[in-house]
Amino acid sequence: MTLDDIAKVQGLASEAVLLEDCEESGLDQEEVRSAMLGRIAEMRDSVRRGLASSQPSRAGMVGWNAKKLWESEDRIGAKLLWRVQAYAMAVNEENARMGRIVAAPTAGSAGTVPGALLGVADHVGIADAQLVGPMILAAGIGKVISQKMYISGSAGGCQAEIGPSAAMAAAAVTELLGGSPAACVHAAAMALMNTIGLVCDPVGGFVEVPCVSRNAFFAVHAVASAQLALAGIESFIPPDEVVSAAAQVGKLIPLSLRETAGAGLAQTPTGLAVAESLRRQAPSPLKGPHV
Amino acid sequence: MSLLDIIGPVMVGPSSSHTAGACRIGLLARAMLGTEPERAEIGLHGSFASTGLGHGTDLALLAGLLGWTPDDTRLPAAEQEARRRGLEFDFYPIDLGEVHPNSVRIKLAGAGEKLSVTASSIGGGVVEVSQIDDFPVRLSGALPTLLLRYRDHPGVIAKVTGVLAEQGVNVATLTCNRLRRGGWALMAVEMDVAPSESAQRRIAALPEMVWVRQLPSVMA
Repeated sequence: MTLDDIAKVQGLASEAVLLEDCEESGLDQEEVRSAMLGRIAEMRDSVRRGLASSQPSRAGMVGWNAKKLWESEDRIGAKLLWRVQAYAMAVNEENARMGRIVAAPTAGSAGTVPGALLGVADHVGIADAQLVGPMILAAGIGKVISQKMYISGSAGGCQAEIGPSAAMAAAAVTELLGGSPAACVHAAAMALMNTIGLVCDPVGGFVEVPCVSRNAFFAVHAVASAQLALAGIESFIPPDEVVSAAAQVGKLIPLSLRETAGAGLAQTPTGLAVAESLRRQAPSPLKGPHV
Repeated sequence: MSLLDIIGPVMVGPSSSHTAGACRIGLLARAMLGTEPERAEIGLHGSFASTGLGHGTDLALLAGLLGWTPDDTRLPAAEQEARRRGLEFDFYPIDLGEVHPNSVRIKLAGAGEKLSVTASSIGGGVVEVSQIDDFPVRLSGALPTLLLRYRDHPGVIAKVTGVLAEQGVNVATLTCNRLRRGGWALMAVEMDVAPSESAQRRIAALPEMVWVRQLPSVMA
């Protein structure tokens, strides 16, 4: 299935995606729906834990931001934005403290889909049972993208993680709010094209900085993309071509900016100091020249 | 890759490739050894070596070797559990050449068995085993898998697939490799469902067979 195939679906994009996946895997549609509802519940649980905790992460660079935002007031008249950012950071801060989360599609980008989809659903008052279809579509979009590129920061930079997650979230929010299959696919394409070139330069090699705030930003980015697509705006470059472009750029990103902590934020004086102090603490059985 | 691999796995953080994928590789290596591992020499390649510490790759590999799944919230305590069970381990950087940046070679020993497994975590927690001892393979751990070590001989493949056919077990992929004509060979059979214990016993009883392992799906 291509994105173009999904755009041309009659009815709901998520149903076509589910039908095709079940034909491939031999699983029953109800089985997948019910598993997906279970994953939504796991996402909820990670959001809940993340919003309530200020326990520092594994490397101590994050862990209090979601709670801090959640307990602050909305000062810019954007309650939806506030909620989406808080949810996204909650999931990634849980992830950074080795809590249990749902990879979507990766752990480093796990906050984007729940941030955008659960955030919008709660904002407009939609129950979790109604999120199963949009979540299936999110997975379907990720699956199409994964056929053209490795979904990992070490293979294609941050754009290979946050890009798919934002595209998936954008399509899911679009379907949730009644968008056509074409609108869903264009939401995904616009979200993806606006992540092209993002590098993966995590401080100390930890999934903390910039990963936690990046999920807050790109959950909002996904909602913004749904907003455009729901207004009938389309990606000028056909969606499948956008995926190919992202895949191509991913391969061109130098190794130093693909999760190796060899450049960018990881190599700032502060980044290097953090890495050095963590290495001295050696919180792990792993010996050898890391980071 | 299925929809539930994309929205999933449910896992302990912080990285699907460096934590969940690493844990699954450990689980597969444990199943291939077929017994409680007593010693593990773990060579980390590329990004596994350079950023493994930050991602808990070491803890995740140990957790898998201990039989814990990626969603097991005990995962951060894998090192203590390994020491408690007397699993000796050693991590070191290794250059495996032109492989995926997230790759590892695990040399595992226990109860007289030993094994070397090379595998990569290729994104989103999906893994690929590329070598078992001297045999190139391509296994994803997504399906129940029979791993058979046998003496290269005409008819072995037919006998194995014959037993599976009688059981109504559908073969998804089948790969065979041998070191030389008439020498040791390795067959990997990925199936839609695991064969019954009695089918496994019948396969193990074939005269050419030296070693049979039933690997579970690690992608659940």
